[in-house]
Amino acid sequence: MIKVTKLTKDYGARRAIDNLSFHAERGEVIGFLGPNGAGKTTTLRILSGYMPPTFGKAEIGGFDVVDQSLEVRKIVGYLPETVPLYPDMTVFEFLKYKADLHHIPNAEDRVDEVLEMVDMLDRSEGYIAALSKGMRQRVGLGQALLHKPEVLILDEPTIGLDPAQIIEVRNLIKRIGKERTIMLSTHILSEAQQVCDRVLIINKGHIVAEDTPERLQSRLAGSQRVELRIRKNSEEAMPLIKKVRGVTNVTVTTDDLLEFEMGANQDVRPNVARAIVQGGFDLLEMKQNTLSLEDIFLELTRDETTPPSLKDRADQP
Amino acid sequence: MRNIWTIAKRELHLLFIGPIAYITMIVFLLTLGIFFYIELSYAIQTQQYIPTMGTSFQLIAFPLLFLAIPAITMRSIAEEKRTGTLEFLLTAPVRDWELITGKWLGGFLFFLITLAVTLVYPLVLSLIIKPGIDLGAILAGYIGLILLASAMTAIGIAMSSLFNNQIASLFATLGVIIVFWIISSPAQYMEGIGGDILRNLSLTTHLYDTFLAGILDLKDMLYYISFTVFALFIGKTAVEIRRWG
Repeated sequence: MIKVTKLTKDYGARRAIDNLSFHAERGEVIGFLGPNGAGKTTTLRILSGYMPPTFGKAEIGGFDVVDQSLEVRKIVGYLPETVPLYPDMTVFEFLKYKADLHHIPNAEDRVDEVLEMVDMLDRSEGYIAALSKGMRQRVGLGQALLHKPEVLILDEPTIGLDPAQIIEVRNLIKRIGKERTIMLSTHILSEAQQVCDRVLIINKGHIVAEDTPERLQSRLAGSQRVELRIRKNSEEAMPLIKKVRGVTNVTVTTDDLLEFEMGANQDVRPNVARAIVQGGFDLLEMKQNTLSLEDIFLELTRDETTPPSLKDRADQP
Repeated sequence: MRNIWTIAKRELHLLFIGPIAYITMIVFLLTLGIFFYIELSYAIQTQQYIPTMGTSFQLIAFPLLFLAIPAITMRSIAEEKRTGTLEFLLTAPVRDWELITGKWLGGFLFFLITLAVTLVYPLVLSLIIKPGIDLGAILAGYIGLILLASAMTAIGIAMSSLFNNQIASLFATLGVIIVFWIISSPAQYMEGIGGDILRNLSLTTHLYDTFLAGILDLKDMLYYISFTVFALFIGKTAVEIRRWG
C-alpha cells in the first residue's frame, strides 16, 4: 500500500531525511518513532502529497506522490502535526467544507457519522475557536476520516488529549487499522507498542531499527545490564570482571560503580561476584536493570549515525 | 470545477460573517450617496444640466475599488499560509489552479454584490429624470467596472499567494495596481511603439476612454480578461513553487 524508496529531503543545506526506504501492507499499522526533529513530519508530509522529496520515490496505492499527487490525496487521510482549522467555522461547517472538497455524496450524513465516531456530535454547532486542544485534535482526526481513506497518515494523533481520550483514539486507530493502512508518528513508546504492527525507529533522518514491537522488546531482553557497587577503586576491578565469560561492555560509572552487560540466557552474576570477591574486592551491591523500550530507543537514537551532510559541515573550518 | 465553487463559497461566506463586507458596502454607498446628492443639487440649481452616473462611476473606480480590493484580497491566501490551513487545502484533492480560481471567484463575487448594491443610484436617477436615462451608458459603465474589479481582484490574489503576511500582501497589491493605473502617463512623452505599449497595458486607458464614455469595445474586454487570467496564473505558480520548493 505504501512503498517508499530511498527518500531524501533537503531543506537548504540541512538534510531532514536521508535515504529512507520502507513499505506498508494493507491493514498494517506502522508506527514512526523518533525524537523531535528526526524527520517524522517531513516524511509524512511527503507521503500526504503536501511537498515533494528532493530524491527518491514514494508510492501510495500504486500512485506516485509527486506525479499522481491528486490520486494519492483522494485515498489518503492526513492529520497534520498542528491541526489546521478555521477558527471562524463551526465544527460541522468545517467538516462539510472538507467533505465538499472530496465530493462526498450525502455529505451531511457522512459528517454526522464521523462526528459520532470521534465523539463530537454534541459540539457540532460550536465554533472551532472555542474548542479545547483535545477537541480540535478530534476534529482533525474526523476530517482525515471523512472520505473513508484507504491510507491514514497521522502525525502525533494523541498529542494534547487527556488519558481517557488517548485510549479512545488508540482504540479507534486499532479498529480502523484492521482494514486500512495507517502510518502514525509518535514519540510515545508505549503507544507505538500498543497500536502498531510494526515500528520504524528514525533518528536524524535515518531508520535505525525496524521491527514488530514484540521483537524489538525481545531484542531488548537480548542483553541485560547489571550495576555493581564495590568498595575501593572500581577501575582496578574492571579487568577481573572482563575476564568472566559472557560479560560484555564493562564501564566505570563513578569511583565505586561499575556496569556490565550480559546475554539474556546466561546469568553470569554468580561468576562475577565470585571473581570480585576472590580478587580481594568488597562487593557491596549487585543490581540488574532490565532495559526498557525507552533505553533501547535512547541507545538507538543516541549518536553513531550522524547524517553525512552534517558531518561534512562539521569538517569545514 | 466543483472545488472552485466550494472554495469561492467559503471565501464569500468568510467576508460576510465578519464586519468586512458590511463596512465596505457602507463606505461605497455613503461616498456615492454624498456625490449623488451634489450631482442632483447642482442639476436642480443650474436647471441646465442633466445629472448622470459619470461621477459615480469614476468614484467607484477610484478611490473605492482601488482601495477596497487590496484590503479585501490581502487575507485570502496569505492568511491560509500563516495559519497552516494551506496544508489542509493542499492535502485535499484540490488542484492548485482550482484553489486560486476559487479564491479569486469569492472576492470577485463579493465585488459583484457590492456593485449590485450601488445600482440603487441609477435606479433613483431613472425615476426622477424624464423621459429617462441613457441605459446604454449605464450598462457600459457597469461592465467596465466589473471587468476592472475582476482584474484587480486577480492582482490581489496573486500578491496574497506570494506572502505570508497580510500587510505585505496589501501593499504589494496596492503597488501593482498603482503602477498599472499610472503607467499610461509617461506614454504622453514617448513616441512610437514604446508609448503604445504602455498605453495598452494601463488599467485606466481601457476604462475611462471607452466603458466610462459609454462605449463597449471587445478589445478592452479582452484586455481585462487576459489581465485576470495572467494574474491568476502568477498566483497558481506561486502556490506551486512553494509546494515544490
